[in-house]
Amino acid sequence: MGSVKVHGMWACSYTQRVLVALKLKGVEFEYIEEDSSDKSPTLSLYNPIYEKVPILVHEGKAVVESVVILEYIEETWRHDPLMPENPYDRALIRFWLGPAVGSILQLSGEEQSAAIGQARESLRFIEAELTEGQFKGRKFFGGNHVGILDIVLGCGSFWLKAMEEDVEVKIYEEEAFPMFHAWVCSFEELPQVKETIPDAEKFMDYAKALRKMMLNFGNP
Amino acid sequence: MGGEVILLDVWSSPFGVRVRIALAEKGVKYEYREEVLDNKSELLLKSNPVHKKIPVLIHGDKCVSESLIIVQYVDEVWKNSPLLPEDPYERAVARFWADFVDKKVYESATRIWTRKGDAPAEAAKDFIESLKILESSLGDKSFFGGEKLGFVDVALVPFVDWFHAYEVHGGFSVAAECPKIDAWAKRCKEKESVSMASQDPEKILMVVERLKKKFGYV
Repeated sequence: MGSVKVHGMWACSYTQRVLVALKLKGVEFEYIEEDSSDKSPTLSLYNPIYEKVPILVHEGKAVVESVVILEYIEETWRHDPLMPENPYDRALIRFWLGPAVGSILQLSGEEQSAAIGQARESLRFIEAELTEGQFKGRKFFGGNHVGILDIVLGCGSFWLKAMEEDVEVKIYEEEAFPMFHAWVCSFEELPQVKETIPDAEKFMDYAKALRKMMLNFGNP
Repeated sequence: MGGEVILLDVWSSPFGVRVRIALAEKGVKYEYREEVLDNKSELLLKSNPVHKKIPVLIHGDKCVSESLIIVQYVDEVWKNSPLLPEDPYERAVARFWADFVDKKVYESATRIWTRKGDAPAEAAKDFIESLKILESSLGDKSFFGGEKLGFVDVALVPFVDWFHAYEVHGGFSVAAECPKIDAWAKRCKEKESVSMASQDPEKILMVVERLKKKFGYV
């Protein structure tokens, strides 16, 4: 159904979301690695507003912003659905796509403690939904099959682990979040995920370097 | 269709206005309940326990939060007068611009009146720039949705009533800087769904002044 290209960055969880989604749908695509330190003209051509990856180019038309891309993938390749049919279930999934855990890396001290507190709070809610709430009894947030929420939270979880190592704080203890932990393991076992997520050590080195850079920006 | 509809909201919230416009476009009958944010109702705390924020749409026993998520929900349940286009690429474009309204327009607008020193002037520049970007996306169309109101129109138009407050604090005029947006806003206000949900810009200015004092942005 026309050529598909993804412009991304290997360590970027937003890029990983798009790659995992395309692989789950069995869509053939060409991947182009963009070096974030040396932005190619492609970025300003296809994403003039934000000049960021990931960018999906389908039949020459560019789609940007990872969640927008995920919904586009879902609506263009309709087999193996990643979103539920029912409008309420869809609203629920979209709601949980929101809370972001990413800012922890950019902060330090009190602000970081606050961000970690918020991440734990979000996890508590998710754990409750998995245990006795909206997602009770499901292997994945999408049900028996992986869906968009699994992809977004799952790709973020690798960063969570990298952050935990780097800031030396456990954001989630397996014992405190058993359902979430079980879900993380199921997600990581998926062949499409194993293929996409980078080697742990390479990732950890990158995360450490990124955090160092971000902290330097904050303290001139 | 699925039970009665209740909207938990605050009169001045542009996010609540988005939902009111969407419901009006679809002709959905609902009960509006005004919340007092200093004294949130049990129902609000129960129906949006994660963020405890308005607007919340309660449809039968289902609670939906986050304004753009609610608008999409309304669009999917009540299929008349669709707000999102059919084509997946056009839908992606609409979602992108609605997200842009939150990320760039609302974000910079809020900085105009919540910061001190040089920050408001910087914020005003960013705000005008974001409106100009939207102007080029609008092009020659009457609405972002084409010939009729669409998802992006619904996302953006509630902030029109806040333009006066932004202008007072930022020292600029939207009509002068972004005439296309000004013209688009007037066209939107001709629609009953928008005019019924519109707020008096002077009252919004008073809200901004009160919030500034309350949160110490002065």
